[in-house]
Amino acid sequence: MAAAGEIFRSNLTELLEESHSGDNELHVLAVDDSLVDRKVIERLLKISSCKVTVVESARRALQFLGLDGDGENSDIGFDGVKVNLIMTDYSMPGMTGYELLKKIKQESSVFREIPVVIMSSENVLTRIDRCLEEGAEDFLLKPVKLSDVRRLKEFIMRGEVKDGEKNSLKRRRSSDDCSPSPLSTTFSPMRHLCDPPSSVFSPLSPSTLSSKKSRL
Amino acid sequence: MNRLLSFLFHQGVLDEQFLQLQQLQDETSPNFVSEVVNIYFHESEKLLRNLRALLMERELMDYKKMGIDLNQLMGSSSSIGAKRVTNVCVAFRVATEQNNRVGCFRALEMLEHEYCYLKNKLHELFQIEQQRDLAAGVRYPVQN
Repeated sequence: MAAAGEIFRSNLTELLEESHSGDNELHVLAVDDSLVDRKVIERLLKISSCKVTVVESARRALQFLGLDGDGENSDIGFDGVKVNLIMTDYSMPGMTGYELLKKIKQESSVFREIPVVIMSSENVLTRIDRCLEEGAEDFLLKPVKLSDVRRLKEFIMRGEVKDGEKNSLKRRRSSDDCSPSPLSTTFSPMRHLCDPPSSVFSPLSPSTLSSKKSRL
Repeated sequence: MNRLLSFLFHQGVLDEQFLQLQQLQDETSPNFVSEVVNIYFHESEKLLRNLRALLMERELMDYKKMGIDLNQLMGSSSSIGAKRVTNVCVAFRVATEQNNRVGCFRALEMLEHEYCYLKNKLHELFQIEQQRDLAAGVRYPVQN
């Protein structure tokens, strides 16, 4: 993993410069066993200018992320899939969204840092609490609306900017470049590898708790 | 909003989620609503057939399996804004939780009725929109 870390570090400055070119789309991985819901969430995300990958099960999601244990996920490295957000349905056959959430949060790698949002048609308080306790970023009641996606996107991008700016300030101390505009920082979760072990990105933020409260 | 659509809202057949779907339709995805709705029809008919088959079981009825199918139907119905269908699913689910065979039969009848009504009305709606688009095309022919 140390060798991989070196590769990341050397490529990170390139990435930070590349991101000025404007490809600042959030990449969202959506997981839902319902075809109707997959179509809708895909459209909601695309119309909100997100790059979307939709899969039909938690297993497929883990496969996509390279976490299914069948492959060698340590080799994925820089060319691997960069996902900025995972949105998953709660009730799915096989592995539920809750179990997927737990699996991702158990990863001792960059994957644990990816925000996970649970979607459910059931407004069950114990379910909501469980998910938030396991580190879910938010819990959305279905049917999911454009305003939900918009709010989520803003929140994720704000979090990315904050961490991105911290990184770029560290790295560009002697650089002549002017301070980066909010959208010029990278949205790749790779930045977390260069952060000190105690990551500043906390899953539970005041806005999450207030959004949960506003739903009650 | 055309008259049929506002009628369907007024009757509670559709809710604002259907409007949300319409908002997702644009030049890049001009048939989005009908595509989603057709997927919904296809899936729902499968589920309704399952439910009827499960209810026809003479001996032990698999209420749990019914509940699973109902959850799916309920979820997709609410995703397209089919309010009345969703509500009947909720009542149906209660009957399965109570192992209420008669209640389940009644609920299925009502569900099939509501679903048919919805399907007919949505087909009508799409036809009206198609006619309107055709008419607009005649008046304002597309320049290549």
